[in-house]
Amino acid sequence: MEWIQQLINGISLGSIYALIALGYTMVYGIIKLINFAHGDVFMVGSFIGFYSITVFGLGFFPALILSMAACALFGVIIERIAYKRLRNATRIAALITAIGVSLLIEYGVIYIRGAQPEAYPDVFSNRSFEFLGAQISMQSILILSVSVVLMILLQFIVHKTKTGKAMRAVSHDTEAAKLMGINVDNTISATFAIGSALAGAAGVIFGVYYTKIDPLMGVIPGVKAFVAAVLGGIGIIPGAMVGGLVLGVVETIVSALGFSLWRDAAAFIILILILIFRPSGIFGKNTREKV
Amino acid sequence: MKKSKQFWLFIIAAVLVYTVVQVFIANGTMNQFYSNTLIFIAINIILAVSLHLVIGITGQFSIGHAGFLAVGAYISAIVTMKLDLPFFVAIIVGGIIAALAGLIVGIPSLRLKGDYLAIATLGFAEIIRIVFLNIDYVGGAAGMQVSHLTTWTYAFVCLVITIVVIVNFTNSRHGIAAISVRENEIASDAMGINTTYYKVVAFAIGSFFAGVAGALYSHNFYIIQPSQFGFLKSFDILIFVVLGGLGSLSGAVLSAILLTVVSTYLQGYPETRMIIYSLVLILVMLYRPKGLMGTMEITDYFKLWRTPKGGDQHGK
Repeated sequence: MEWIQQLINGISLGSIYALIALGYTMVYGIIKLINFAHGDVFMVGSFIGFYSITVFGLGFFPALILSMAACALFGVIIERIAYKRLRNATRIAALITAIGVSLLIEYGVIYIRGAQPEAYPDVFSNRSFEFLGAQISMQSILILSVSVVLMILLQFIVHKTKTGKAMRAVSHDTEAAKLMGINVDNTISATFAIGSALAGAAGVIFGVYYTKIDPLMGVIPGVKAFVAAVLGGIGIIPGAMVGGLVLGVVETIVSALGFSLWRDAAAFIILILILIFRPSGIFGKNTREKV
Repeated sequence: MKKSKQFWLFIIAAVLVYTVVQVFIANGTMNQFYSNTLIFIAINIILAVSLHLVIGITGQFSIGHAGFLAVGAYISAIVTMKLDLPFFVAIIVGGIIAALAGLIVGIPSLRLKGDYLAIATLGFAEIIRIVFLNIDYVGGAAGMQVSHLTTWTYAFVCLVITIVVIVNFTNSRHGIAAISVRENEIASDAMGINTTYYKVVAFAIGSFFAGVAGALYSHNFYIIQPSQFGFLKSFDILIFVVLGGLGSLSGAVLSAILLTVVSTYLQGYPETRMIIYSLVLILVMLYRPKGLMGTMEITDYFKLWRTPKGGDQHGK
């Protein structure tokens, strides 16, 4: 029964990773940039949720929506200011800029409000119920349902709406999409907005679940979510979800086996094994490089 | 002939710098603070130059340099503190083990390119850090006591050796092959260059000197902890190389000096320092993506100035 409990913990953690990983994978799919600042958007989302609950006295769902909206705007601003000029620059220049943006957000937040951690308010009663002998808290159910709803919503946006169609077209072939009359700039902005909104939601959920947030909290989940994206095949949306869930479950199992200090290493070992043996990820197809 | 003339000029200049500083330290004109800053500058230059070989010359985007720094720091600390061997042995052993770590990391991960290599090296550095965190022999998270053995002499000798080796490597056949890998990997592969071999060699040499810097680094403090070798340390080293110019050794040296001085003065305000660093990084990438000096060296500027028309247009 212990295992069911761990599995549920793993899935809860994994769905947080999956939400962040979706943003990575969408941005990578469309402009081939590892957006290092994405983990920090997650952090900012968590803080916006925190302040809207404690200062403005909002409930969980209004805070979640406010945080998603603010992060969407924030993501678009980052893209317009820092990344837009670099569309045609080398990949290394873009990556270094992303690292710079990430550091700027982290230390900007520390500069504004200090580095001390904050305890997330308890928005849900800690009620739990029995399921096959395992204790399942309301929170994990909630996290799971919010993540599932957001992912279904994303699938809907990507597959059924005009913006989603444009996003798929741009990620398939930017030049051809431009020739077909798609506004590439707006599509990229929309991608950043959606990805950042998901990261903001993940931030609020993370805060509610782990109860402790601080300005540097985005770094490790950010890198792990990237691992999840690579695991599932970067650029592939269902891949990011599966990758996130797998990573969350593996990490929980590693901790449950008593190697909790090695938990972070597990993610990186998975990353390296995947990169070496199947660089295109679980769902990816092999692409040939053109000279 | 010309190359060897340059080499001796460099050695004479190095000896001069060393003697002047040593005299100032010996007669007490230069206090502990300044001499420590100078040692720190030397360590950072070694780090910058060793990463320059990997990123600037070979074009392999590695952002896990702090991992090799950590290997050098910990191995050398074990050699001096646990095995009671002299410091110079510790420096060499630290370098060699770091080079071995570089080989272990390099052989599998150098099959990757660009972003993927970057993220893999970042992952490897983090694994190295977590390994040290979990070994009780080196103190785990609490860290390890190290005696203060790094002196200006050690730091400067290591610095000169690093620069000489890396300049000679760059100008050798191997270095030119490495530059061709940087310029276009597929094309140089097609020309019959064993790209994997050169990438791994450059990576191992870079790791060796990062290990040497690690030995100097750990013996410059009284304690080393795994938390000193995280992402931020890797990014610090990366900033030296990027700011100076991707592919310019003198650029890396100058930016290491400049940024070390700046960060020494901003020690009391770590947030301000990081904000300045990140802004510098973003602005340089947006407006000068090749770094301040591009692939130019200091000596190229003198050459241009001496022969205004024509001449060597290296780096243009």
